[in-house]
Amino acid sequence: MAYSEKLLDHFKHPKNVGTLDKASKNVGTGLVGAPECGDVMRLQIEVDEETNTIKDAKFKTFGCGSAIASSSLATEWLKGKSIDEALDIDNMAIVEELALPPVKIHCSVLAEDAIKGAIKDYQEKNGLEVTAEIKAH
Amino acid sequence: MAEPRMIYFDNNATTPTDPRVVEAMLPYFYEMPGNAASRNHPFGWQAEGAVDTAREQIADLLKVSAKEIIFTSGATEADNLALKGVYEMYARKGNHIITVATEHKAVLDSCKKIEKMGGEVTYLSVGNDGLIDLAELEAAITDKTILISVMWANNETGVIQPMKEIGAICEKHGVLFMSDATQAVGKIPTYPKEIGVHLMAFTGHKMYGPKGVGCLYVNRKSPRVKVTAQMDGGGHERGMRSGTLNVPAIVGMGKAAAIAKEEMAEEAVRLAALRDKLEKGLCEIEETYINGNVENRMPHVANISFKHVEGEGLMMTFNQELAVSSGSACTSASLEPSYVLVALGLGDDLAHSSIRFSLGRFSTEEEVDLTIKSLTAGVQHMRDLSPIWEMYKEGIDLESIEWAEH
Repeated sequence: MAYSEKLLDHFKHPKNVGTLDKASKNVGTGLVGAPECGDVMRLQIEVDEETNTIKDAKFKTFGCGSAIASSSLATEWLKGKSIDEALDIDNMAIVEELALPPVKIHCSVLAEDAIKGAIKDYQEKNGLEVTAEIKAH
Repeated sequence: MAEPRMIYFDNNATTPTDPRVVEAMLPYFYEMPGNAASRNHPFGWQAEGAVDTAREQIADLLKVSAKEIIFTSGATEADNLALKGVYEMYARKGNHIITVATEHKAVLDSCKKIEKMGGEVTYLSVGNDGLIDLAELEAAITDKTILISVMWANNETGVIQPMKEIGAICEKHGVLFMSDATQAVGKIPTYPKEIGVHLMAFTGHKMYGPKGVGCLYVNRKSPRVKVTAQMDGGGHERGMRSGTLNVPAIVGMGKAAAIAKEEMAEEAVRLAALRDKLEKGLCEIEETYINGNVENRMPHVANISFKHVEGEGLMMTFNQELAVSSGSACTSASLEPSYVLVALGLGDDLAHSSIRFSLGRFSTEEEVDLTIKSLTAGVQHMRDLSPIWEMYKEGIDLESIEWAEH
């Protein structure tokens, strides 16, 4: 099973690795997965309240190469997007971009969940209507 | 310039075929193509002679009689034949088999099948060091017990079970003793008669021989053990395993056994030194744990967990220059970590963080040095990325977090 160049690049040179201040009102944190399952993703967004756009995104992931690449790609895509646009990111877009093999599709689902989790956290923190829905799987 | 050879530390998965073995096999493809069962012409006689020699070579390695060697397609078939064959042959004596939770799937799944056929199987647990409890084994024996099946050395951890003591317990209770010795034969002394093993399965391709050939040792005298054939046909192998003998592969396995007999003692010392060097180097990395009993262990195996680093991801940092094996299976089909490591009591997190290094005849010290370097860098890369490593470093109790399991 050979991995795509894009996937390997995100794995070896991950974008936006790091931690935002969880306590900040502008920051939403999504923590998905579990150590028992072999993957944990933490994805954070920082929202510009005036424009309602995501001005920064960071992640850390414990998991296989596909999980790491999926979350790295997700943070790249999130930057500059509005909340509504971010909610439209579908896991299958990640699958296509990274050419994930079928056995790794769950990694992209996890990344989508992490995005939605971060948005939900931000919306709840700020007393906004929660529009992020995490898919049941 | 030749490409640098990839480092192969996955010898428990399969060993390279020794070039001396390949050389011995070659004439039996074209020059001497006979069927060992053809009794009426020189082609058949040549093939039969070659098989006899190989049988002797293998018997010599085990200090048994050549008549006690049954050729199969590999260890999986030999395990199946031993377990199901004994279950059927000794049905009148009883229907209970005792085995261990950390056995290879070839044994466990054969036992599952036997349970479906009406048999009863006890799966013994192991301690944190991977060893069985002898008192627990003895207590599990009933008047229905016909067979105890314990692997000689574990494929994932290299842990060697107390074979001699198990043999004594079997002898005392008049129960047959079977062992899957796939990872041990040709690497450490495996003498079934000294141990009291009555059936022993092993394969060519874990001892520098070819794939597609294996053996079941079946004790012939006191007790005379018989197994019901699982493959019906021409009645080859004293009726226990029909099917045309794979002559070139058998010749190869014989040669591999002869080489092992000569070189194994010295080789074990060399490999233990390399393995110890590797382990020492890797244990310099923070929060690193060796899995399995370190006293009773194969000389060439190290199974190590790197806390909060996922094994499969770690392997990707090696740039496909180092072949090892991970106890973590991160696929949609299986998010379960290695059942062997879980049986040793490892938390799922440490089981997902494990790497098995299995050295071999062609491993060098230079490769060990390179591996220590690439693991040290790889673990660092993965920990820089790991949210749970960050939490751990901040002193957050990971148990206190409500994880969204999926």
